This record gives sequence, C-alpha cells and structure tokens, in this order.
Amino acid sequence: MRALRTPLASLAVLAVGLAVLAFATEGFRAFTSESARRIVVSEHPREVPSVALQTAAGERTSFSKLHGRWLLVDFIYTRCETYCLAQGGEFARLQRRLAEPIAAGQVLLVSVSFDPRDGPRELADYQRRFGDRGAGWMAARALDDDGRMALMRAFGVTAVADEMGGFVHNAAINLVDPAGRLVAIRDWDDARGAADYVMQRLAP
Amino acid sequence: MRPGQRTALAGAALWAVLAVPAVRHPLESTMTYQMLVQLPLLGAAGWALAQGVPAAIDRRLALWDQSGISGLLLASLAGLAWMLPRAMDASVDEPWVALAKFLSVPLLIGAPVALSWPRAGFVVRGIVLAEVIAMTLRLGWLYLISPQRLCSNYLLGDQQRLGRILIIVGLAILLAVAWKLMWGHSGTGRATGEGSSDARR
Repeated sequence: MRALRTPLASLAVLAVGLAVLAFATEGFRAFTSESARRIVVSEHPREVPSVALQTAAGERTSFSKLHGRWLLVDFIYTRCETYCLAQGGEFARLQRRLAEPIAAGQVLLVSVSFDPRDGPRELADYQRRFGDRGAGWMAARALDDDGRMALMRAFGVTAVADEMGGFVHNAAINLVDPAGRLVAIRDWDDARGAADYVMQRLAP
Repeated sequence: MRPGQRTALAGAALWAVLAVPAVRHPLESTMTYQMLVQLPLLGAAGWALAQGVPAAIDRRLALWDQSGISGLLLASLAGLAWMLPRAMDASVDEPWVALAKFLSVPLLIGAPVALSWPRAGFVVRGIVLAEVIAMTLRLGWLYLISPQRLCSNYLLGDQQRLGRILIIVGLAILLAVAWKLMWGHSGTGRATGEGSSDARR
C-alpha cells in the first residue's frame, strides 16, 4: 500500500489541477481574457445595466430606453488617433450596410465614449468626421463616473492609458439583442460579421 | 530559534509586504513586473515559509511524495495556471483572483518546490528543469511575436519586452544547467539555486 501513496497523491493533484485549468480557460478554449469574455457572453447573455446617457445632440436617454431593437455598441474615445480611427469608419460602413433595418427602426448603432473628457460637442465632431449619414447612429457618453464604470464592467471593456495621453483598449463590436442582453461580441473590424449576425436574426 | 524558522519568518514578512497595496499596485502596473518580479517573489516567500516546516511533518509528507513527484507536479500545474494571460489579467481586475494568486503562488508553487526538490533525483530534476526552460522560451517567443495584446490590462510594447527578457532568462537557465552538468558536481538542491540566481540577474 505504501508504494501506492505517491501515485495516488499525484493522480489527485493532476485531476484537481486539470479541473482548475479547465475552469480558468472555459474548457481549454480561452487563454486570454478577451477570448474568454466572448465565449462567456455568447453562452450566458448578459443584461446591460440601464445607465443614463447623454447623446451628441445633448439629449438624455438610457440603455433601457433603447430596448426593442438590436444595438451594435462600440466603445471609443474621440481623441484616438491610432487604430480606433478605423473603428469610426467601420461604424459608418455598418450604417450603410444596415440602412434598411435602421430605417425600419429595428437596429441602432451606439458609440459610447469611455473618456471623461468627451462631451456632446466632441461626440458630434467624431460622428461628422467619419461620415455619419444622420440616422441610426448615436454617439453618447455616460452621465456620471458610476455609469461609465458600470457600462465598462458589463461589456468587459478595459482601457489602459498609453504614453501619448490616449488609451489602448479592447475595441470590439458588441451586439445587444432587443431584450437588452449582450449576446455576442465581434472583432472591431468585422462589420460584415456583426451585420450578418443581426440580419440572420431579423430575417422572418 | 532554528535557522529554518528564521527563514520562514522572513518569508511571511515578504508575503505580507507584497500584499501591501503600495507595493502590489506598482508590481502589477506592467506585465513584465508582474511576471518577473511579483510572481517570483511570491514563490520565494512560499519557499522561505516551507523552511519552517518541522522535520517530522516533512517526513510524513515524503511518504506521499516519493522523489518529489507529487509536489513538483502540483507546482507545475499551479505554475501553468499563472502563465495564462487571462489569469494575470484577471488578478489585476478581480479581487477573488488576486486573492487566489497571493495564496496559491506561495503555497502551491514556492512551498512544494522547497519541500520536494531535495527529494527529487537526477531524472526528475532533469525533467522539471527541461520543462521550465522550454516553457520560458516558448512563452517568451509567443509574447515577442504575438501581434495582439494577450492581456487587456497591458500594452503591446510591455508584452514584447517581457518576451525578450523571458527568452534571455530561458537561455540563462539553460546555460547554467549545461555548465553544472559539465563542470559542476551533482549535489543537493544547488542546481535550482544557480538557475534562479541567473534568472534574476
């Protein structure tokens, strides 16, 4: 019996260790927090908190008032001068690609700023800069710090200050269903994938 | 007080200091500091703590840990978990993951290595060292060439710097082991001592 103790202890360690690793990687599918958040969201849709927003037009609204249609949400800051420049262009492209459901009131694009320095004017400039067609694309910011943090937490957005006074952040297109649940996350430059996802679910 | 107990006290002190926010946050501010300073120091705290384990308990543990296999397996698996970019990321954002890190790195990596390494023979030590070297080089290479950030909390330049240093560390351990094999004398736990002092340089 004595000789079996080490193999038994090792087996127990191995079993528990593998179980912990499986838990930490969503079943060996996700090794980064970004891939993990996408898997978790697609398997367990997450309620988006009803945070008060102020739009580029200066109007007040909130996430709960936007229920009833598909939302394509991205997180931005308007001073961004690197690859998030392309993010704005990508949303302008989505606006064209989804023009029909937007006109039918079934889809709304929402760009939320996580930079406290962004006000309605900066947000309006941002949309103009990327060729906003005037319908179906809302740029907004949370009205207060608590709301901003709650949104970033719910969507799993992390912004890290970089050396140039800007942010590096995990940009993505977040899909919120008409019931107000975050159900899928696509790459920030995958406008086609995001549009297809919504179109398939709108089709009768 | 036995020298072992003194070392254990020093380990406990190091553990406590690392948990102080004023120490913890700077060490988690970059990926490089977290992986090459914070995690090794937490492991060292556990190693020092284990020096205070009474000989009687160590002998009983040895019955379940022939050639140090169970303990080194435990340390490898726990080490693997803290090599996941997701785990390093979450330990900055999530308090319960931070707690898991501060408990598991000393108790499930540092302490088992301290207790099991002296029991391990040439072959087991060789396997562990080969895996440590290979994993360090693999991880360094991955961090260096990945065009994407693997941690949401850290910048790409930081990740690449960590990759470069990990490759240097891996090569340094490799050289130290090769040196020892050719010119050293096979002895007690000295091989690790040399490896880690080289890694810190």
